[in-house]
Order: sequence, then C-alpha cells, then structure tokens
Amino acid sequence: MNYFNFPLEDWTNEFVNGWLLPVMSGFFDKISVALSTFIEGVTNLIIAIPPEVITIVLILLAWKLAGKGTALFTLIGCIYIGSVDLWFETMQTVAIVIVSTIISVIFGVPVGILSAKSSLMDKIVRPILDFMQTLPIFVYLIPSILLFGLGGVPAVIATFVFAAPPAVRMTRLGILQVPGEVVEASKAFGSTSKQLLLKVQLPLAIPTIMAGINQTIMLALSMAVVASMIGAPGLGSIVLSGISTVNVGLGLIGGLAIVVIAIILDRITQGIGNKL
Amino acid sequence: MNKIEVNNVTKIFGSHPQQGLKRLKDGEQKSEILEKTGMTVGVNQASFAVKPGEIFVIMGLSGSGKSTLIRLVNRLIEPTGGEVLIDGKDITKMDKNTLIDTRRKKLGMVFQKFGLLPHKTILNNVAYGLELQGISKQEREQRAQDTIKDVGLSGYEDSYPSQLSGGMQQRVGIARALANDTDILLMDEAFSALDPIIRKEMQDELLKIQNKLGKTVLFITHDLDEALKLGDRIAIMKDGRIVQTGTSEEILENPANDYVSNFVKDVDRSKVLEASHVMKKPEVLLSYKDGPRVAVRKMEEAGISSIFVTDKEKNFKGLITIDDAVKAYQNNIPMEEVLMNDNIYSTPPDTPLNDLIGIAADVKYPIVIVEDGKLLGIVSRVSILSGLVLGKEKGEVEST
Repeated sequence: MNYFNFPLEDWTNEFVNGWLLPVMSGFFDKISVALSTFIEGVTNLIIAIPPEVITIVLILLAWKLAGKGTALFTLIGCIYIGSVDLWFETMQTVAIVIVSTIISVIFGVPVGILSAKSSLMDKIVRPILDFMQTLPIFVYLIPSILLFGLGGVPAVIATFVFAAPPAVRMTRLGILQVPGEVVEASKAFGSTSKQLLLKVQLPLAIPTIMAGINQTIMLALSMAVVASMIGAPGLGSIVLSGISTVNVGLGLIGGLAIVVIAIILDRITQGIGNKL
Repeated sequence: MNKIEVNNVTKIFGSHPQQGLKRLKDGEQKSEILEKTGMTVGVNQASFAVKPGEIFVIMGLSGSGKSTLIRLVNRLIEPTGGEVLIDGKDITKMDKNTLIDTRRKKLGMVFQKFGLLPHKTILNNVAYGLELQGISKQEREQRAQDTIKDVGLSGYEDSYPSQLSGGMQQRVGIARALANDTDILLMDEAFSALDPIIRKEMQDELLKIQNKLGKTVLFITHDLDEALKLGDRIAIMKDGRIVQTGTSEEILENPANDYVSNFVKDVDRSKVLEASHVMKKPEVLLSYKDGPRVAVRKMEEAGISSIFVTDKEKNFKGLITIDDAVKAYQNNIPMEEVLMNDNIYSTPPDTPLNDLIGIAADVKYPIVIVEDGKLLGIVSRVSILSGLVLGKEKGEVEST
C-alpha cells in the first residue's frame, strides 16, 4: 500500500517547531495567563468558602432538584471527602471542571445553534467534533504542554477539547427537535429569525441543551486523572501518586472522591434540565 | 379586488427546481418529472382567487399538494414560480421585512396540530402575534383576554396548552389568529385532528365568526363534507393541480372529470341539495279560469288524483282533488269553493333537502315550492329520494 511517501510527521514537526512555537508563543502566553487567572480565581473562591457552607448549599440544591435520596447521598459524600482529608484537592478538581465547562458552553452552544441553522456549518463542524472526541488524548496533550506549559491551563484546554462536543451536538439536536409546526406557527405570525430563536427555539431546546452540559461536566470529570499527568492539581494527582507508589489505598480514596463528585454534579444538573 | 390571488404558482422540491418548472411548462407530467429527474412536483401551476369575506376551501387527499399550496400563500414555503397577490401585492417578490410585516398585519394562520407554544400560557400564546409586533404587555394581554373570551376559553388564561383538550387547544389556535386582527385567515386542516362532534361544533363556530367579522378564509381540508359545509367556493386538488373550482352545487352537479365525480359519489347530498334542485314542474297546471270539467279531464289524462291550481300569473292558489272536482262538476259549484289550500306545505326554493325529508314523510300531498307567491315546482317523496341517490339531473329524469 505504500504508493508514495506522505511526510505528515516531518511537516507537522516543522510547523510546530518552526512556526507555531517561535511565532505564536506570545499569543499563547496571553491565553495562558488569562486562563490561569480564571482558574486561580475560581479555585480561590470555592476554597475560601467554608466546606460546611458548600455542603449545605449542595444538599439543598440536590433536595430541590433531585429529591431526598440524592440529598442524603450528598451529605454522606461530603462527609466522606472531609474525613479522608481531600476537600482541598476536590475543590481544585471542581474548579478545573467549572472553568472547562464554562468555556465549553460559551463555545458549544453558539456553534450548536449555528450548525442547527445552517447545514453547511453542520457539515464543517461535525468532522471537527468527531476529531475532538476520538483523537487519542495524548496526541494533543503533549503539544498543549509545549504551548501552555505544565499545570491547570493545558488541563483545561485538553478537557475542553474532549468535553465540548456534547454541548455542541445536544444544542443542535435540541433546536432541531422543536416541532416543525411550532416553528412554522411562529414564522406565520411574523417572527424575525432572532425572535424565533430567542422566543421559541432556545426555550424549547433548553432541556436537551442541559443534558449536553451534563455530559460535558461528566466528561470533564473523567479527564481529572489524565489532566493530572500534565501537572493539573487536584484529585487526579492523588490517584496518580497512589498508582505510581503502588499505594492502593491512596488510589482508592482519591478515585472514590471523583465518583462522589461525579454523582452529585450529575444528579443536580440533570435535575435542572428536568425542571426547565 | 381579490383578497388573495394565486396565479400559476408552482412548487418543485428537488435539486434543480427551475429545470423542473421548464419541463412542467413544456407539458411533462408530475410522474414523468419524478422518474426522469427525481424531483417532486408539490404544486403544479395552481391558480385561484379569493374574494373579500369569502370562505374558499381547497380540498384534496393527502399528497395532493394542498398543505404545500397554503404555505405558498404566506411563503412559509418558497415558490418555484408564479405569483401570490395579497391585497394586490405579490408576496413572492417581497423583501424580508415587508414579508414579515405582511404576515403580521394581513395573514393569520391556524394549524392542524395547533402549533401552540408549549412553554407559554394560553394568554401568552394568544398574545404571541402581538408580542412579535412589539405591542406593550398591557395592551396585548388586554386584546388577548378579549379574544379568549370570544372563543369561550375564559378562565384558562394561565393554563398551558398540554393541559387542554384538542378542541380547546384549537380554540386557542383560532384565538391567536384572531387576536392579530388580520383580514385573512389561513386554516390548514384546522379541524382534521378533532373528533367528529367537536369538529362539527368548531365548523359552526367558524361560520359564526366569519359571519360576525367578515374574515376572508382560505381553508384546507381532506374532508369533502367539511368542504361542502364551509365553502362558499371549493377548489379540488389532485397531484398538485387544481382540477375544478366552483360552488358546492357546481361541483356536485357538473364534476369536471372522473376523479371529481368519483370523489363526490358518496357525498351526503341532503346537506347540499336544495329543494329547487329536485323539484319538477307539476305535470298539469290548471289555469284559474278552467272549470272543474277541465280539471277532471286533465287528472284523468295524467293519471293523478289531485292537481295544483294557479292563476294566469302562476300565483299559487291551491290544490284540487279528483273527488272534489267531480263533486263540483256534478253540483255545478264554482272551483274556488272546492279549492284546498290548507294541509299543503309550501317552502322557498333554497330549502335544504335535509329539512324536507321529515316533512315529506308526513304530508299527504307533494311539497310546493313557492317564491314571491308564484309556484315554481313541486317536490314529491319520490323526487327527494331519487335526488338523494342520483343527484339533480338524473333525479329529474327518473321521476318524469
């Protein structure tokens, strides 16, 4: 099958080393500074709040949005995290999840809307999303270290690449799912396309969009361990050091904390979607 | 001026609609175009005009293009060719803002599956058209409130569409269209999703609304009985073409082709036919000055036992039976004295046949059709029955 030589490897290396790093590093530095400020801000904020307050707020949210069972689970889960002394690391992980989710939504919802409105846009966006979801993580993890250095920033970037696609896809789906006759009715009474979007399509798509955001959050959490490999602080690094020192117990308490956070966030965001 | 005028409007779905349009104009059939190019002709050079205050019904089976056609009128679907004039202005050539303005000010629409906004209350659904126009919250809610009252849904303002039955949801749909106060109502199978009793109720309501407000209504249906009941005029569609346009009588009595006549075959004629359609000329008219002797002879010739009497101007006078005529002849009594005019049922020519069925069973003599005192014809039990079975012309042939 080797009909001709395709030097993609050399081209890529030349591109990265010859242009991307030297020429664009200033630009990436700026992104890096902005993102790390954002991450630090969120981290400092949620660490400054006493754990008891966060626990009570989470329990109330869980109770209101997902029922008594989830509220009880949230109480037990938060007590567990406190008693294995992982509250600080948990908040670091949650901060990265929050930042990557916010970026994913800011990017994902508008792109989803555009690809619902234009089939050309959809044709362009769809393969990019496939690429983002299936390209092995380490392939872009390493370049992102080159561009952004070690720490939270490349972790957020890598998490974004992995976790944003569901937000785009579900936004598109939500808008396309709005019954045709409702859209026609709105047009027949003389809505502009902006009115159609804001008064009909988005409000009716919100449950589906929320399901997409829920998936984004879950995928972002699942990236915690991988992100710790490039220096992201938090529960992932606990698990990682458990693995590397063959400390099974340390690995388990970190891993369980991730599961606890995942379940609480999943039930609460699902509850928001169902309530709307 | 016509309120809506549709001239040669065509819609072709597919990759090269203009090429399809050319083929159509060259006389190719819908099926040929589908076979050769894979394109579907939705509406094929349809033309019709709707007068102000008229209910114009477009009737066709599913796939006939009627739903596409009504969407071409407010350009929810972009036509491939032809023009659609709303108050004389061609909607197909309007820019975006004029089109939106025309939809807001001139065209209300009611949908088969209601098309209500599930996340808004009934009040906000009805006010939706006004909301789009940027009318203040207070005013639009006031107007919506009034319309909700008009359609009999007071008390449901704060409910959501899913809490209402189908019939009530469609009342909301109609209220939403009425709240905008447009001259034209486009109704796409508006009552087809409702069960029969509610449907009949809504039809009556629509007629009432139209009587009161004088709206111009373009109504789409697949139900011929509904078309005959509502339509001042009816257009019948098949394969994207309008095959016949006319009043219900014209369509029932002079079907343009086999398709239409097949279609109207099973119609409940009693609702459409009027007395004048089945009446016949009395076989023998006895002018007033004829004496009882002539009366007896004429009855004998025609083989009947009673005969209607008019004066020279054909003013209806009454009926004389053979017994009375013989008695008058033998005793030399003037005809006026044996003339019978109670016990005879007379009715104007536009009485629906439906109303005469019960009466015909009760009365002894044929029903007399009278207009301005003049005898136009008579309707016997036989002619009602044959009219119902065979329609007007054949019914006449059968009974003479």
